[in-house]
Amino acid sequence: MDWMYVFMPIAGVYIFWPGLIILGIGVGVIGGFFGMGGAWMVTPGLNILGFPMAFAIGTDIAHMAGKSLISTMRHGKFGNVDYKLGLIMLVGTIVGFEVGAQMVMWLERLGNVEKVVRWIYLVLLILIAWMVFHDVSKRKQKEREAAQQGKQVDALTTGIEWHKTFHKIKIPPMVHLNVAGIYCSAWLPITVSFLTGWLAGILGIGGGLIRMPSLIYFIGCPTHVAVGTDLFEVAISGLYGAATYTYKGRTELVAAIIMLIGAAVGAQVGSVATKYIKGYGIRIAFGIAVIACAVSILLKLLAKFYPAYAALLDNSATVVILGTVGLLSLYIIVAFVIGARKELQAKKARA
Amino acid sequence: MRSFWNTWRRPLKGIWVSIWGGLMMMPAMAMAAGGGKVEQMVIVADTRGLPPWEAWWANLYNESHVYFTIVTVILIPVIGVIFGSIADFFMAMIGIDLKSRDLAEH
Repeated sequence: MDWMYVFMPIAGVYIFWPGLIILGIGVGVIGGFFGMGGAWMVTPGLNILGFPMAFAIGTDIAHMAGKSLISTMRHGKFGNVDYKLGLIMLVGTIVGFEVGAQMVMWLERLGNVEKVVRWIYLVLLILIAWMVFHDVSKRKQKEREAAQQGKQVDALTTGIEWHKTFHKIKIPPMVHLNVAGIYCSAWLPITVSFLTGWLAGILGIGGGLIRMPSLIYFIGCPTHVAVGTDLFEVAISGLYGAATYTYKGRTELVAAIIMLIGAAVGAQVGSVATKYIKGYGIRIAFGIAVIACAVSILLKLLAKFYPAYAALLDNSATVVILGTVGLLSLYIIVAFVIGARKELQAKKARA
Repeated sequence: MRSFWNTWRRPLKGIWVSIWGGLMMMPAMAMAAGGGKVEQMVIVADTRGLPPWEAWWANLYNESHVYFTIVTVILIPVIGVIFGSIADFFMAMIGIDLKSRDLAEH
């Protein structure tokens, strides 16, 4: 079975290459579907496959850049990417990220911040999960109320409508975001991206997990446009991240390329699957991913509090993450197959 | 609304220009914030006993991280696009519409 292992010339370790491709497919599918890089899923996976931690992050970011580029191109063809919004948000994201990163360095000088950061992350994830499921339940409530009156709720109706309040702020310059169908102050996306970038900088994550729901709930993007626009940002920031990590010597390019083979295909499947699943289906699946992420962070925090069970809790955190990646990618792939089959049948019936 | 715009147009434009200016300055600011006090850990790839292409690859990494970065930044998008296009080709061959989708929900 030696042929199933490939030598990584930089990291100096032998890695099970089918594992890299499977991991790539999984995160590619999820990334293309939810509009995020998915570093929180890949890094523990790479670690399990035997990667030294120093290389896991850089390798993950390098493959993320290529995968997100593919997904952005696909979503762009579907009309899901608001490039103007993406570029405006890039300003706030970069500035916010730098401020957050500098703040962590400042906090590090004061003492150990790791636990604090993990707690903030956990609270934030719980908030996002609450936001998603509160939105879903409000929308269901509206559907029930409409059904009682013998009506049907409008397809564009949302549960939470905070963005409508934010759109009332008319501080110039005002911008038309045509793809997202929004007219708002440019300061709204700048402020939201600054805050999400700042949080991502503090937490040391790419930020897709925070930015995607922010695009929906604070800016008012339709779910599909939020996914596409977020991927556009991830592609740019991922390429920048790949360059900086590689320059610091922390990228194992051979592994990134092997992962990319799976991720590029998976990203296409995930992006196309958004054709077949309604906006609220994407939101619910996203909420589940966020809960899984929160559970894994909680397990890691508990491992610090109970050192006797540290190994068990750490391993459970990894199982939760990889189990969620497996189940969610399976759900998306099945939705893709069913949707594609229906589309082909409809085409045949028309012909 | 018009009077608000007249009053605040200049300061807001100023802030707008400052943000873009700040963004342009960001690499310099990031360099400045880097300090230089922290010692960098240097990782060197072991090229002994490697087959030719792996030895060449590891040597490229050891000799210049700049070249290695350039190769990475070029290869990653190119390989991504190649494999993405292959997946595209197969999906289009099956008959999936890859150019449009119905937008009927939020």
